[in-house]
Amino acid sequence: MARIELTVDGAKVSDDVEPRMLLVQYLREKLGKTGTVIGCDTSNCGACTVHLDGRSVKSCNVLAVQANGREVTTIEGLADGDQLHPVQEAFRECHGLQCGFCTPGMIMQAVDLLGENPSPTEAEVREGMEGNLCRCTGYHNIVKSVLHAAGGAK
Amino acid sequence: MIPVQFDYLAPTSVEEALAALAEHGDDAKVIAGGQSLLPVLRMRLNAPEVVIDLGGIAELRGIREDGDSLVIGAMTTHHDVLNDALVKEHALLLVRAEHQLADAQIRHRGTFGGALAHADPAGDLGAPALALGAEFVIAGPGGSRTVAADDFFVDLFETAIAEGELLTGIRVPKHTGWGAHYEKFVRVAHQWPIVAVAAAVKVDGGTISEARVGLTNMGSTPIRARAVEEALVGQPATEDAVRTAAALATEGTNPPSDLNGAADYRSHLAQVLTRRAVLAAAGA
Repeated sequence: MARIELTVDGAKVSDDVEPRMLLVQYLREKLGKTGTVIGCDTSNCGACTVHLDGRSVKSCNVLAVQANGREVTTIEGLADGDQLHPVQEAFRECHGLQCGFCTPGMIMQAVDLLGENPSPTEAEVREGMEGNLCRCTGYHNIVKSVLHAAGGAK
Repeated sequence: MIPVQFDYLAPTSVEEALAALAEHGDDAKVIAGGQSLLPVLRMRLNAPEVVIDLGGIAELRGIREDGDSLVIGAMTTHHDVLNDALVKEHALLLVRAEHQLADAQIRHRGTFGGALAHADPAGDLGAPALALGAEFVIAGPGGSRTVAADDFFVDLFETAIAEGELLTGIRVPKHTGWGAHYEKFVRVAHQWPIVAVAAAVKVDGGTISEARVGLTNMGSTPIRARAVEEALVGQPATEDAVRTAAALATEGTNPPSDLNGAADYRSHLAQVLTRRAVLAAAGA
């Protein structure tokens, strides 16, 4: 077992974990943060995207021990109380989901994308979200949501 | 999918990492960004007893100028290479390739040195490194040595890094003022290339004065297309001249056949993509 101490959604946590435990397992099974989902388990689909020290990563492709001493933000840490994050609000406003399974990862990647490029073109949104797969929507409303969050379609 | 049990070591210096490697030898696996290794461990295609994480070694990260070269620390992330002003100015080809490597999340975590040491023949960085004549700085128990790109890639997933050694950095000769392009052919977004071509050219007054071309996934290692390079020198940067040179792109290649394409299809792609890459690099 290895001792880890990290910050998750603003709260300090510490645990003894097996080194082989994936960050996504740690979040879901140890901390009960099931808002972050496991989609493909092959690092393709991006449903498990969280922020590690402020940048998006696929949490099925990071070991929990590698997050030691670092800061993790999940979909559960985005809203400010009852006030949704603007990207969450945009996904609701534009109906950027159907079944909703890919949505946590989509939103976390969209937040990262807009942090780096606050007013992306449609092409930049599509390219920036290429690591996130959706099997329902055809992406149209997802792209619309991200552009909406950025302050209007370009 | 969960990897097998392993012990985890997190050295904070290259010395400590080398000592850990010396102690555990074949039983150990080195993890850099882990974006290739973790899927392998999860699928249990590999079952190391010890995983040595280089993530805590600050000296392995960062990009600096050293005379006529840039030195890129092995643990510098793809994202940091992609957004570095020095790399953009002196090794634009790396920016072009990094831009198309995997996706944003993988680029935040995966490392420049890790991808090169992994030596996947479909990896996006081998061909650009080869084309730019990069040198690989490898640390071992007896000190540090430098290996030329031509000697670094040995076979499928095999490099000149010997047991007990670590890749610490990559020296990239400056190609300031060269045009560059990475032309990648994929079936769906963020996939491995079926074939890709890395091209950097220097154009003086409409004439190609120097050219470097590397091929991805046209053999068990990245391949330098020297016949194309030689044929391009002295030619005008025009569609016809470049097409003639690009026809030589299959020389010395041994493309695989797999579900994504047969060898002869890859040979066709290599020629087409070489033409596109060189023309784009030349700004034509």
